[in-house]
Amino acid sequence: MMLAQETEVVTPNIEWSLIWPLIILSIGAVLLVTITSLAPKTRTNAFPAWFTAACGIGAASFLPFMYRRVLDEGPSKVIADALVIDAFTIFITGVICAVVVLVALLFDSYVSREGLAGPEWYVLMLLSAAGGVLLAAADDLIVTFLGLEILSIAVYVLAALHLRREASQEAGFKYFILGALSSAIFLYGIALIYGSTGTTRISDIGRLLDRSNPAGLVPAQDASMLLLGVALLLIGFGFKVSAAPFHVWTPDVYEGSPSPVVAFMASAVKVAGFAGLLRVLVIGLGDLANDWRPLLLAMTILTLLLGSFLAVVQTNVKRMMAYSSIAHAGFMLVGTYVAGDFDIEEAINGGTSVLFYLFAYSILVVGTFATITVMGRRGDDAHDIDDYRGLSRQQPVLAACLAVLLFAQAGVPFTSGFFAKFRVIAAAAGSEAYLLAAVAMLSAAVSAFLYLRLVVSVYMADGDDEEEAPLPADVDVPPVAMLVIGIATVTTLVFGILPDLGGNFLREAASSLLIG
Amino acid sequence: MLEAAWLIPALPLAGFMLLVLLGRRLGEPLAGWLATGMMALSFLATLVVFAGLLAEDEAHRFFIQTIFTWVPSGSFSVDVGFLVDPLSITMCLFITGVGTLIHLYSVGYMHGDPNFSKFFLYLNLFAASMLVLVLGDNLLMTFLGWEGVGACSYFLISFWFKEDANASAGKKAFVTNRIGDFGYMLGMFLLFNAIGSIRYADIITETQAGELSTGVATAAVMLFMLAAAGKSAQIPLFVWLPDAMAGPTPVSALIHAATMVTSGVFLLTRLNPVLAAADSWAPTTIAWIGAITALVAALAAVSQNDIKKVLAYSTVSQLGYLFLAVGVGGYVPAMFHMITHAFFKALLFLGSGSVIHGLHDEQDMRRMGGVARFMPITAMTFIVGWLAIAGVPPFSGFWSKDEILVYAYDANIGLWIIGLVTALLTAFYMTRQVILTFFGRTRFFDPTPEEINGAFVQAVLDAEAGATEAEAAVGPANEAVEKALADVTKREEALAAASVSFDEATAAVGASSEGEDGYDKLVKALTKAEKGIPKAEKALTKAREKHTEALAGLTEAEVGIDAARSKIAEAESDRSRAPRPAEYVTAASAAPDVEEFADRLPESYQHRQEYHPHESPWTMTMPLVVLAGLAAVAGGLNLPFTKDLHFLGHWLEPSLFGNEHHLSTSGQTKWVLAAIAIAVGLIAIVTAFGVYLRGRGNPAQIENKNFALAVTWDTALAAFMGGPGRKLFDVLSFLDKKVVDGAVEGVGTGVQSIGTNARKLQPGFVRQYSLLIVMASAVVGLFMLAVLWLGAS
Repeated sequence: MMLAQETEVVTPNIEWSLIWPLIILSIGAVLLVTITSLAPKTRTNAFPAWFTAACGIGAASFLPFMYRRVLDEGPSKVIADALVIDAFTIFITGVICAVVVLVALLFDSYVSREGLAGPEWYVLMLLSAAGGVLLAAADDLIVTFLGLEILSIAVYVLAALHLRREASQEAGFKYFILGALSSAIFLYGIALIYGSTGTTRISDIGRLLDRSNPAGLVPAQDASMLLLGVALLLIGFGFKVSAAPFHVWTPDVYEGSPSPVVAFMASAVKVAGFAGLLRVLVIGLGDLANDWRPLLLAMTILTLLLGSFLAVVQTNVKRMMAYSSIAHAGFMLVGTYVAGDFDIEEAINGGTSVLFYLFAYSILVVGTFATITVMGRRGDDAHDIDDYRGLSRQQPVLAACLAVLLFAQAGVPFTSGFFAKFRVIAAAAGSEAYLLAAVAMLSAAVSAFLYLRLVVSVYMADGDDEEEAPLPADVDVPPVAMLVIGIATVTTLVFGILPDLGGNFLREAASSLLIG
Repeated sequence: MLEAAWLIPALPLAGFMLLVLLGRRLGEPLAGWLATGMMALSFLATLVVFAGLLAEDEAHRFFIQTIFTWVPSGSFSVDVGFLVDPLSITMCLFITGVGTLIHLYSVGYMHGDPNFSKFFLYLNLFAASMLVLVLGDNLLMTFLGWEGVGACSYFLISFWFKEDANASAGKKAFVTNRIGDFGYMLGMFLLFNAIGSIRYADIITETQAGELSTGVATAAVMLFMLAAAGKSAQIPLFVWLPDAMAGPTPVSALIHAATMVTSGVFLLTRLNPVLAAADSWAPTTIAWIGAITALVAALAAVSQNDIKKVLAYSTVSQLGYLFLAVGVGGYVPAMFHMITHAFFKALLFLGSGSVIHGLHDEQDMRRMGGVARFMPITAMTFIVGWLAIAGVPPFSGFWSKDEILVYAYDANIGLWIIGLVTALLTAFYMTRQVILTFFGRTRFFDPTPEEINGAFVQAVLDAEAGATEAEAAVGPANEAVEKALADVTKREEALAAASVSFDEATAAVGASSEGEDGYDKLVKALTKAEKGIPKAEKALTKAREKHTEALAGLTEAEVGIDAARSKIAEAESDRSRAPRPAEYVTAASAAPDVEEFADRLPESYQHRQEYHPHESPWTMTMPLVVLAGLAAVAGGLNLPFTKDLHFLGHWLEPSLFGNEHHLSTSGQTKWVLAAIAIAVGLIAIVTAFGVYLRGRGNPAQIENKNFALAVTWDTALAAFMGGPGRKLFDVLSFLDKKVVDGAVEGVGTGVQSIGTNARKLQPGFVRQYSLLIVMASAVVGLFMLAVLWLGAS
């Protein structure tokens, strides 16, 4: 009905104060290119890293003010209602900014070690992050798609950016081809949904499909189109968050891509993907939950089992972590499934559990891949599990941090990883999704093995057989990388002991999806 | 005083952290003393809390100390809190008490180990985890401790085992424990879902109020039973324990035996209201699992030769008793036996460690015997432990085991019979162990089969060297013969030449006449030729003599070879006839008679003769003495004669909420049962004495390897994990990589490649991946349409 009124072109009124994070991230990227071209010296020193980190912090610094405003006045829509600024958007933006800061610092030591210094790493990451924020805030499927593409295209290039490694080229190429395919599928899904509902606005779709609104019922002949559209959207997002059976690209791409880029992929890209998925599924298609939930259930179970079982048999640490990230995605899908519950309380529990999982996992995985980056040594090639033997003797602090991060991934109590898993499973049990809860527990039990295996490898050959534990002396831990690992470790522990820190914010973010 | 509860786990935890930071710098023995001190302080704290609890009314002996709210509000909350009640404090008392002794003992035992400080670090962490496990006021805290001890155990096994064994034993422990943990997690969420809380206080209240449905309670019991079976090493998840305990140090074996494995039984006791609310078949299953485990493990123990393996299987068997007791509702007997078992099994393990230490790391009981002479304290204390476990009154094991048997009898006569047979076997294998270790001749100094072999290996080698020498002599002898023969031929030729020249000379003389020119010359030549013949003849004779001589030399050399060969044969037969230690040993087994070749035995044997088996240092014997005292008198905790003597029963009452099974067995029957148990125990002991001390009967028949069912199961499982189990994973990854791709390839032959570059970079994969995605999308789309059509029709 609103569409009918807006026949003439109206320039949207933009409320700038609410989109500062987006602006800072994208303008920051442009500025960085400009500065580094004008002052060539800055291309190779640490300037781009600190500049990018500053952009991340700057973007995040607006979030508290925005949150205050959301609390006072409720969520607001900006740019012709295409973006919605609510607690959910703010939360996701915060996580992405944190990742940007950490990964920027990580890039610095990586590119100088590999002799690949240049601003392009940072510029691409900033752009990608902007895309992620856009995706999280989008209230229009077109903008969702826009965000998805901005997010992805930069990452395709990042994956291929280690110019001297063929594996990196190959990873970028694979990721690109398959990503393009999934984008096409996604776009087709949008078209079908538009065709059946007549709108691309997510909140409008939600209103149209509201079961309590008899006038909003989709005509029967359009329902098949609508459901097909839902399925295709699910596939598109499934690809981005590496849910089985659309996970096939993940191990190859993770293995081949530069390690710090994988840190970004496994955290920010996944966070943004889940943000979009939650928005579309819960707000737009929440009332169709009975239709998409069985599909999601199958995908989730497959993801949980494949991820954990296949991770156990890997010997390459990056590949292992790739499968482990698939298993983690499975846990997040469990929470997403619960967020589709018609009981609003259970749904909020589910949403909260996903958001906590996203946050906890992002920090964890950045820390883990920061360690992997350091351990990869020059050439980024030493990723066999045996390359970690005896690390504890040479780098006791690094080894201890890695152990904490791995324990957290395994879900050991007093780490944030434990609560992430615990909340998801508790939410599933609460909404009577017992099968999912049981499969999730099985997956947790199986995958614990691989983390412990790596920990044992790290602490192995310590002490008696001095000669038997040859650790190449060239594991060099740059202070900045150590800072990143330290921040990740401390955060993991703090949220393991005080998991309710910021709990209200989290709950607010989840409810803003469900209550509006 | 109850407020000191948090100190109990905090002290060992502090010890752990200090050791993490300073362990290496402290080194030996300071790190050990630090860890021991922390445990001792923790024991003191436990005593204080214990006193505080005693001071309370019976009804108020249920104290919850909340440290902080750990899990946020929302639908439920979980505290980091401790539940202080008679059950948890009883557990704490023996964990810290026995734990302190183990720490003290380890200071002596681990002497000289390069991983000295690391070992104590794990020991302290292990103790802290165990204390959190028993003190936790909710299922999650218990789970934290549960995982903590699991991880410590995995590390202890993995770090101290070498290479191959490490891989399989560590994995075995981990995998079986994970299966148990999975059961724990499911059980925890099931209870949370049914009751809305995982605090024990809430679970107990709600269940006692009848809020928990029978079905849920039954399911929860089965799940926790799985968990307990993993931790407490029951069938079918018991295989890891013997490996873990036969492992690197008797000390780590012991912390498993005395503490960790009791946690499953503790958990079931803690949840006794849930057990009571469940369908009766669930606890009955627990009882039968326990009984069968007890029997199978006892059978396996009979045929073990490793001193620690006997104790390892014995531990599994005794845990079976505890399960049996819990299953029939005998929580007090279970706790009673758990305590006495902690004392006597700790005593036995430490005793065996002391023996191993004193005998230069010898673990094979066949090579012990008569150790009592060298290690009187170890022997005396070990004998106390033996009497306790064998069920000889008035030692502690008798009282606790007898009580379990009474409960078993009350529940099902079949359980009682299995329990009785197990008791018989226990008395038997323990007596065997004591006799083989401490009595009879000291077989330690006997040469081992390898050494005896070694002795004869030298003789055979010598003989072989002789043969080679003789063979070497033949060559020159042959040469000499040939040379002599050649000489003879040459001389014969010379003789012939001499004869010819003589004939020529004779003819020449005959042809000429006297007075002619040169006649004199010819005569002279004739004389000369005439003289040459005897000379040549002489030389020929000499050459012939030499030839004969050489021939004789050759014969001699050949004889030498024969002699050498027969010497080899002789040595070989000596080797095969040499006396060897018996495969099945009793105290009466004679030493292999090695006198005639004693000086030929290898160095290891000679060294051992100079080795003096010695008693262990005081840090090791003191714990033994203390534990022996406790193992002897701990029966006094719960004497059956009158109600007033049920000290432990009264004390635990507030933790059991009236769920203890009430015996219907009359006092008279109890006496009869006790008498039968004593009789069975004595028969077993006497039989074992007959067989192993007096040497009557054939031990080979008793130690039938087929009895070791457990071992069969173990190898079967190991084979599965190495073979099909591993393959399962491989098949999975194969499916993921090859089959899916292959199927896609097969279907997609008609599909053109997406880009030519794809093929250049990596053949096929991108194409296959994308085709897979498309196919999966098609399935997803069809599914959605199917949903719709089904919904419409």
